[in-house]
Amino acid sequence: MLTSKEKEQIIRSSGADVTKCMRCGKCSGACPSYDEMEYHPHQFVYFVEKDQIEKLLNSPSIYKCLGCSVCSERCPRDVGPSKIVEAVLAMAVRRQDENHLKAENIPGMVEDDTPGQLLVSAFRKYKK
Amino acid sequence: MTFSYYPGCTLKTKAKELDAYARRSAEALGITLAELPDWQCCGGVYNNTKDEIATKLSSVRALISAKEQGNKLVTLCSACHNVIKRTKNEIETNDDMAFRVSNYMQCDARKDSDTEVVHFFELLRDTVGFDELKKKVVNPLTGRKIAAYYGCLLLRPGKVLQFDNPENPKIMEDFIRALGATPVIYPMRNECCGGYIAIESSEAARKNSAAIYESAEGFGADCMITACPLCRYNLIKAESTVPVVYFTELLAEALGVK
Amino acid sequence: MQKIGVFVCHCGTNIAGTVDVKAVAEALGKEPGVVFSTEYQYMCSEAGQNLIKDAIKNYGLTGIVVCSCSPRMHEATFRKTAAAAGLNSYMVEIANIREQCSWIHKDVKVATEKAIVLGRTAIAKVALNTPLTASETPVVKRALVIGGGIAGIQTALDIADAGYEVDLVEKEPTIGGKMAQIDKTFPTLDCAACILTPKMVDCAQNEKIHIYAYSEVESVKGFVGNFNVTIKKKARFVDETKCTGCGICTEKCPMKKTPNLFNLGLDNRSAIYIPFAQAIPKIATIDADYCNMLKNGKCGVCSKVCAAGAIDYKQQDQYIEQQYGAIVVATGFNPIKLDNYSEFAYNESPDVVTSLELERLMNAAGPNGGTLLRPSDKTHPHTIVFVQCVGSRDTTDCGKPYCSKICCMYTAKHAMLIRDKYPDTEVYVFYMDVRTPGKNFDEFYRRAVEDYGVHYIKGMVGKVMPQPDGKLLVRGSDLLTDEQLKIEADMVVLAAAIEPDKTARPLATMLTASMDTNDFFTEAHPKLRPVESPTAGIFLSGVCQGPKDIPETVAQASAAAAKVIGLLAKPALKSNPCTAHSDENLCNGCSSCERVCPYGAISYVDKEFRMPDRTTKVRRVASVNPAVCQGCGACTVACPSGAMDLSGFSNKQIMAEVDAICR
Repeated sequence: MLTSKEKEQIIRSSGADVTKCMRCGKCSGACPSYDEMEYHPHQFVYFVEKDQIEKLLNSPSIYKCLGCSVCSERCPRDVGPSKIVEAVLAMAVRRQDENHLKAENIPGMVEDDTPGQLLVSAFRKYKK
Repeated sequence: MTFSYYPGCTLKTKAKELDAYARRSAEALGITLAELPDWQCCGGVYNNTKDEIATKLSSVRALISAKEQGNKLVTLCSACHNVIKRTKNEIETNDDMAFRVSNYMQCDARKDSDTEVVHFFELLRDTVGFDELKKKVVNPLTGRKIAAYYGCLLLRPGKVLQFDNPENPKIMEDFIRALGATPVIYPMRNECCGGYIAIESSEAARKNSAAIYESAEGFGADCMITACPLCRYNLIKAESTVPVVYFTELLAEALGVK
Repeated sequence: MQKIGVFVCHCGTNIAGTVDVKAVAEALGKEPGVVFSTEYQYMCSEAGQNLIKDAIKNYGLTGIVVCSCSPRMHEATFRKTAAAAGLNSYMVEIANIREQCSWIHKDVKVATEKAIVLGRTAIAKVALNTPLTASETPVVKRALVIGGGIAGIQTALDIADAGYEVDLVEKEPTIGGKMAQIDKTFPTLDCAACILTPKMVDCAQNEKIHIYAYSEVESVKGFVGNFNVTIKKKARFVDETKCTGCGICTEKCPMKKTPNLFNLGLDNRSAIYIPFAQAIPKIATIDADYCNMLKNGKCGVCSKVCAAGAIDYKQQDQYIEQQYGAIVVATGFNPIKLDNYSEFAYNESPDVVTSLELERLMNAAGPNGGTLLRPSDKTHPHTIVFVQCVGSRDTTDCGKPYCSKICCMYTAKHAMLIRDKYPDTEVYVFYMDVRTPGKNFDEFYRRAVEDYGVHYIKGMVGKVMPQPDGKLLVRGSDLLTDEQLKIEADMVVLAAAIEPDKTARPLATMLTASMDTNDFFTEAHPKLRPVESPTAGIFLSGVCQGPKDIPETVAQASAAAAKVIGLLAKPALKSNPCTAHSDENLCNGCSSCERVCPYGAISYVDKEFRMPDRTTKVRRVASVNPAVCQGCGACTVACPSGAMDLSGFSNKQIMAEVDAICR
């Protein structure tokens, strides 16, 4: 089976070895954002292995990951699901006009007490 | 003893007290914090992708700047600490990253940014020592039950940050004991507050934060401490029934410099 | 003049697939001293061996080189072949062109070139070989079994049954091992103690078996057939010959807050103790860490109440030396420490327990007399969550990369027993895979699901969160429903990975027996010699060799016993004639060889030498006991004057080999 360029890019960009996954699901048992997500950490790993990247790229799940790394920390095989999620997210926002967060929308999202850290972090994650 | 100090953006605006109390406490402990003259924002979150270099450069500049001053680099905000320490690790362990950073910055990245990154908690534990700190406390916080909220950024990835056991940390509890208070151990202390998703999914972030303060309250905490402005913001937005303060505020109080 | 024959084996396509065997035979045929060179499909077959025999006779060969597989496979075969044709069996050399050549190379040209070099090297060596004759050494008709769990017990019983003396060394005060702590056994659910204790009693009653309980192996010297072992009998502070095991001392001892290690610290016992009612030997032992008398000289209650006068606070460790023909390792296992798995809150909550702790909690002799109660508040648990593979199949630094093999079955057993005894208790089992190969094993697991209503969930627990009300909130994934479950449990049971006992590693060093990276003992051959260590005379029994359940352990224990009996039944062992010897004229008496010899085979003697001027001089020179020397060659390397040499591997031969490679 030929490997798609997308899969190759995800593997390269994440530095994760999806073949090490033994499908235990501990990542998804640990994920604090599980209920917010359509696809869950273990599915990110599995879909990348099965080369179904498009599904992930188009899923709102990529914006629901908290980047907390708990899935990778507890992974018994050092696969690192969070690294995969981040690589897919990066691929999505690197598409032309695909910035998930746009500067013009920010004023409506900010309150007086919003810390700069929140804006900067969100921009880093959601915008190229 | 002098350390280079990286305050970070939020400590200059919405989290001024995190910074101010740290400076006063450091002085009381005989530590000089020399703010880096030319620091730039760390970016708030570490970009984990191996092919992303631009977002890591501000951290590299901070590392190089501290190295030039011949100091260890102290951080206070959990996010800054996470970003700078992971950037340093990436340069150390990823040849490609080291090459690209060196090329862009016209330096030898591995050598020039080989600066020890120390969080303020680590400084208290390893340089001051909690036993010494205890001796310097003038207003012991006796009887107060304080819950340490670690969050994610100080602990994970455990292998890179080497801060404490990511599943069962104790550094903040030891800190609380040194100040004369009683630490409250609760299972949510290393769970995520919701982080940056608060920008567009505030409900989801609040759900996460609520679970955290409810757990702390359930185990009898009358106060929570954190080192992260975003954690504090999310907890407060979730209407935490337990007051959330920066750890440096308690430190300053105990040292009598508040 | 040497007449050497070369025989190149195809090994089917194993060698011929990557090595041009015809070219090898042709090239080696041109080497000096070679008078015959050929190739054949299977040199180890009868036809292949006949080819060798015929060539020896027809060409009057003085040495042969077989280019084939590793000498570990067929060196013995070809030595016998040579002997059958009247050639001394030490005039045979093997060039390993399979494992060290064809299997590791892909390029035919490169592999063929290397095979020729390897063949040439063997020819250079065989040209300098001298006929050697093996001598014989007697076999001590006594076996040592290290470890008194079910593995060691079974091995000891079987060896004793064949009429040989056996010493059984156990580091704990009683034999019985882990099986004594287990409540019920799968897949039959019979009581572990009911089937174990009769075997323990058999050991005690068997005249051929000598139990050294509360003892450890201190040192091992010697070699197969003639091991010399020192056993340390640790001080119990109780005279074994006087103690009747009445137990009055344990009742009267005031130090009642000593953790009961037999119950894994789930309850307390007295400082003087008998681990459990059926202990063998049933002799009290004083725990020196807790005894007030031993710590600060105050108390002495046990001594006052002991009618037999058995208490001896001044008792010292004793050392016993004994000779053995064979040694069996049966050191067993322990569950791993769970300090690195704080996400499961094992250290944070007393209601999170390991599966072995659950065995004690459910056992009639356990802390709750067999009623399953939560350790924290002694209430009846209504919801119990089992987590499988805690630390098993884990390739991070915290865990073990292997499958611990027994957990799937014991968890099914626990789940079933709980549902049977407490039908109002809901039981959840989080699993990655359920692995049940074994007779009646899968049927057993299915009974748990189908007949006992145990909830099996394909997924893993991500975190266990103790709640202020004492409940345990378990968050885990259900991969099949694609949900994250949150279960409020009363107890959580962790199937911790098993690892070899910590005493195994230093013991392996003493025995010069090899281990793998996980500290399991390595077998001589993973398929064909599974109960022997590569070190002659050392045998393996039970989990020390790899994870096993009880039936497998017992089978392996008996297999190890059969191998021991086979060894002890021999009147004498053919010893390896490739031993070291010293040229006394060159020896300068420096003792370097004596220091490096791992077998204690070298001693120094004062010897009179005639000097050129007709005077005599006494010099101190090395002398090798060939019966003890194992031919490792350490002395030949250590000797600064070149006096030490090894028959069959002489310095001249090694140099000839190196020359042949570099040519």
